[in-house]
Amino acid sequence: MLASKQTNTRAGVIWLGILLAGVVALPWYRQNSLLEGPVSSALAEGLGGRVWLLPGVIIALVLATLALVRPNWRREPVSLVLVISGMAFLLVQGFSIGLRGPAFDAVGLLIPAAMDGQPGLGWGGFVTGIALLILLSELLAARGFCRGERFASGAVVVITALLALFVFFPIVTLGSSAFISPDGTLGLSQFADRVSAPELWRLNCLRGDGRCGVVINTVILGTLAATLSTLLGLALAMLVARTDFRFKRALRAISILPIITPPFVVGVAIIVLFGRTGILTQLGADVFDVRASRWVYGLPGILMAQVLAFAPITFLVLLGTLEAINPTLEEASKTLGARPMATFRTVTWPLLKPGLAAAFLLAFIESLADFGNPLVLGGGYEVLSTKIFFAVVGARYDLGNAATLAIILLSLTLIAFWLQVRWLGNKSYVTVTGKSDAGLAAPVPPMIKFAAIAVIVPWVAFTLGVYVIVVGGGFVHDIGRLDLTPTFAHLRTAFSFEIGAEGLRLYGSAWDSMITTLQVSAIAAPLTTAIGILTAWLVSRQDFAGKKAFEFGTMLSFAIPGTVVGVSYVAAFNVPPVDITGTMVILIICFMFRNMPVGMRAGMAALSQIDRSMEEASQTMGAGGFATLRNVVLPLIRPAIFTALVYSFVTAMTAVSAVIFLVSARHNMATAYIMGRVENGEYALAIAYSAVLMVVMITCVALIQFLVGRSQLGRRKQLQGSAIAAAAE
Amino acid sequence: MSETAIEFKNVIKRYGDTAAVDGMSLSIQTGELVTFLGPSGCGKTTSLRLIAGLELPTEGQVLISGRDVSNDPASERNIGMVFQSYALFPHMNVLDNVAYGPVIRGDNKAKAKDKAMEILDQIGLGGLQDRLPSELSGGQQQRVAVARAIVQQPDVLLFDEPLSNVDAKLRRKVRAEIRDLQRRFGLTAVYVTHDQEEALAVSDRIVVMRDGQIAQIGTPEDLYDRPASSFVADFIGDANLIAGTVSGGTFRAGDIALPIGGAEGSATISIRPERIRLLPDGPARVVSATYLGSRTEYVIATASSELLVSRPISEPAFVAGASVSVEIDADDLTRLAPA
Repeated sequence: MLASKQTNTRAGVIWLGILLAGVVALPWYRQNSLLEGPVSSALAEGLGGRVWLLPGVIIALVLATLALVRPNWRREPVSLVLVISGMAFLLVQGFSIGLRGPAFDAVGLLIPAAMDGQPGLGWGGFVTGIALLILLSELLAARGFCRGERFASGAVVVITALLALFVFFPIVTLGSSAFISPDGTLGLSQFADRVSAPELWRLNCLRGDGRCGVVINTVILGTLAATLSTLLGLALAMLVARTDFRFKRALRAISILPIITPPFVVGVAIIVLFGRTGILTQLGADVFDVRASRWVYGLPGILMAQVLAFAPITFLVLLGTLEAINPTLEEASKTLGARPMATFRTVTWPLLKPGLAAAFLLAFIESLADFGNPLVLGGGYEVLSTKIFFAVVGARYDLGNAATLAIILLSLTLIAFWLQVRWLGNKSYVTVTGKSDAGLAAPVPPMIKFAAIAVIVPWVAFTLGVYVIVVGGGFVHDIGRLDLTPTFAHLRTAFSFEIGAEGLRLYGSAWDSMITTLQVSAIAAPLTTAIGILTAWLVSRQDFAGKKAFEFGTMLSFAIPGTVVGVSYVAAFNVPPVDITGTMVILIICFMFRNMPVGMRAGMAALSQIDRSMEEASQTMGAGGFATLRNVVLPLIRPAIFTALVYSFVTAMTAVSAVIFLVSARHNMATAYIMGRVENGEYALAIAYSAVLMVVMITCVALIQFLVGRSQLGRRKQLQGSAIAAAAE
Repeated sequence: MSETAIEFKNVIKRYGDTAAVDGMSLSIQTGELVTFLGPSGCGKTTSLRLIAGLELPTEGQVLISGRDVSNDPASERNIGMVFQSYALFPHMNVLDNVAYGPVIRGDNKAKAKDKAMEILDQIGLGGLQDRLPSELSGGQQQRVAVARAIVQQPDVLLFDEPLSNVDAKLRRKVRAEIRDLQRRFGLTAVYVTHDQEEALAVSDRIVVMRDGQIAQIGTPEDLYDRPASSFVADFIGDANLIAGTVSGGTFRAGDIALPIGGAEGSATISIRPERIRLLPDGPARVVSATYLGSRTEYVIATASSELLVSRPISEPAFVAGASVSVEIDADDLTRLAPA
C-alpha cells in the first residue's frame, strides 16, 4: 500500500523532471537555417532575447518547487492552475509568433524581439508539451478522473491532445485557408465565388453538350460505382451464403485481392487491356473491326476500376447481413405457404435493405475518396480528389482553392456518413437474438442464383485478366504492345544491386522508395495498432467526462477522405509551431490517424467478448491500468491485435491519397514512385514494382502472423472452451 | 476488535441524473462480516464497488482503515475481491492466478509463488496449482477466486454475489466455508447478495438497501424480529403487514385487537407467519393450505384481512374451507415506522 503510494508520487516527480529538462536543457527549437548558431534551451533563448519563452520556464520552475515543498501537490488546486497555464503559454506563444514574425501586429509592438520570428518547436518544445499533458492527467487522476486510474487518465489526455493536433487542427487550418486570402484578409466573397464556380456545378453533360462540373462528376461516379458494386457484392454474397455454388472459397479468395493491390496498377492493367492500343482493343479491331478509341479514359475506366476494388467491401457487408438473417423467419414464410420467390421478395429482401444501404453508402464514400484510379484513368473526367491534388501540386499552387474543394468533398462524405448512421440507427432489423436459432438458411430461388452467376462470371474473368497482367506484365518486354518476350529488365531497372568489395550496393531506382515504404510501414503499423487498441480499451472500458466527444473525434479521422487529410496536413504542418512536413514523422503520423479506427473496431469487437470483471480483478489485486492491459487484456485479444497490425501495415504500404501530398525527395513512398512511372507511361516498370510490392506484403503479413498470431492461437480455442465452461458452471 | 475498518460519510454516486447510491453513511468494524442486501437496482453492488475503488463517489468520502481513499483507484487500495463470475484469468494456471497480486505488488516470482502455494494449501487446493481455470470444477474455481483475494492479507475482503454461480445444493456448504475462512483469517468482509436467506446465514450485520439508501442496519435477529419498516419486514422473510389504528394502548384493525405500545393514531404492524397460531373452530376461514414438506402454509381469511400463516408439519393440519381461530402473542408483533 505504502509502496504503491510512493511510486505514485515518484511518477509525478519524474515527469516534473522531464518538464524541467524540456525547458532548461533540451533545444527548444527545431534546427533551422533561420537561426544563427546552435539551438539552445527555452531558458537560454529566453534570456538571450526571446523573452516570451520565459513565462513557461517560470511556470515549470514554480511547479517543481511546489512539488518539493508540498508532498500532496497532486491535489493542490494551484498545481492544476499552473499546468493549465503552462499549456496555454505553449499554445499562445507558438501560434502568435510565426517563422517570419508575429501573427498579430500588437504582439510585435509589445515584444519587439518577436519581429524576428521563431522557428518550429524542436525536442524541447515537444518534450515540454508531452510532460505538461502527462502532468495534467496525473492531477486529474488525483481528482478522480477515470476512476483515479492514472494510466487511463494519461491515455485519455494524450490521445485527446493527439486527435486535436492531428485531426481537428489540420481541418480547422484548412477551413480557415479557404476563407482567408494569402494576404491575410478575410475573403468571404472569394470563398463564395469559388464554391459557386460553374466549373464545379455545370450540368452540361446531362443535357448532352459538353462536360459537367467537378462536383457533379464526383457524385455521378460515386452513385454509379456504389450501385454497381452493391449489385455485384449482393450477387457474390448470395452465392456464398445461400447457394450450393461450388467455387465459394475461390470467390472469397479473389475478393481479398484488391486489399493488397497497390493503387494505379489496376488502372494500368485496364489501360493495357482496353486502352487505344490495348490488348482487347486490338483484338476487337482485328476480329470485329471495331475502331480503336480512347473510350476507356474517363467515366467508364474509373468505374471499372472502382467496381473491381469496392465489390469485395460490399460483399463483406452484405454477407454479414445475409448471415445475420434469422432463418426461422424464412421458414415461417414457407410454412405459411409462400413459394421461394415470394419468400425472397417479402421476407429476405426487406431484411436485406439496411445492409444494401450500408454497402451502397460505404462504396459511395470510398469512391469519393478514391484518388489513384481517377488519376490514371480519368482523362478529361475530373473528380474532386484529383482536382484538389492538381490545385496544390504543380505550377498553380492555390491552397485556398484546394481548401474550398476539400471542404466540398468533406461535406459530401459527411453527408453520406450521416445518412448511413441515420438509416441504420432508426430502423432495427435485428433478427439475431440471444436464443439459439435452429433452422437452415433457405437457398435462394434458382432464378436468382442464375442471375447472380451471370453477374459474377464476367467479373471473375475481368479480375483474372487484370491480375494476369499485374503479375505477368512486369516480366515481359512490353505488355502494352503484346511483346511477351520474358525479361527481367524492368525489375533490374528498379531493383538492381551488387554485392562487391564495399558490401551491398543498391543501384535500382526504386530502392529508396521501397526502403522508405518498408520503414514507414514497419514503424507506423505497431504505433497505429497501439493507439487503436488503446483507444478501443478506453472507449469500451473507461468512463470519463467527454467520452462522447472523444468517440466522435476518432470517428472523424476515419471519415475524412485521404486527399483532404493530405491537403490539410500541408496547410497545417509546414509552418511553425509544428513544422514537420518533409520528414518521415509526418508520414507515420498520417498513417497512424488514418488507420487507427480499424484497430479500434477490431479491439472493441474483441473486448466486447471479454468479461470486464477480469480487468477489475486485476485492479483489485493492485495492478494499475497499464499492468492490467499488458497482463490481462492484451493476451486475451491477440487475434484483434494481429488483424490491426496486418491491416495497418498493408494499408500503409498501399496508401496513396493522403501520402502523395506528404512525400518529399528524401522520403519518397512506393506508391508515389509508381505514380511517377505511370505518369511517364513506364507501365511495365510500374507493374513490375507493384508485383514486387505485393510479394513483399504477403511475406510481411506471413511474418507478422508467425510472430504475433501463432504463439497463442492454438491456446485460444482452449480459452474459449474455458469461458464456456465457466459460464456453464 | 472494534476499530473502524470502513467508513462511508454521506456518499453519493450519480450516473447522469440518477443516484445509484444516495447519501449513504455507514461504518464497518474490523473483523466483521457485513452484508449489503436488497432488490436489484438498490445500489448494493455500487456500494461494494465504491469500497473497492472500481467506482469513485460523486460526493462524500470513503475511508478505509481511517484513510480517505475517495479518489484512490482500486489498484492503490489494499482490498481483495471475489467476483460473481470469479474472473479468473483464463490464460494463467491456478498458481499464477493466485501469485498475480503479490507479483504486481512487488514480490519476486519465487516469494510470490510461495505465498500462493501456502494459501492454496490452507484452502484445500494444494495439488491443483498447475491446472488452468477451465480444468477446475465450479466450486474449485470459486475457491481459487477466494485464495486470490486473500493472498495479500487485504484490509477488506469483498464478495460480489459469490454464490450466484454455485449449484443450489452446494451453496450451503460454500457459504459456511466462506464464513469459516473469514473468521479463521480474522478478515473484515463485505458481502453483497439479493438472497435474504444467504444474508441471514453469513452475516454479523446486514445493511438492507433500497433506492440507493440504507433502509435498516442490524444483526440478522434485529432485522427479522424488529424490522423498522414495511419494506424490511417484507423483504426479509415473509410478513403479514396490517394497517390499523392505535388508541388506548390497543391496536385495532377490523376484528383484530392487540395490546401495543407507542403513540396513538394510525399504525402498521408486522407479524411473521410462523408466529401466528391456529386453533380449530372460530371466526376465520382457511382459504388455502399448501404442503411444503417441512411446514404447511395457510392463507387465512379473517373478517378484515388475509393472513399468511406457516405451521410446522408436526401440528395437526387444517383443510381448505375449515373454520379456525387465530392466536397472536403481543410480543410477536412489531410496530413499523410510518412509511
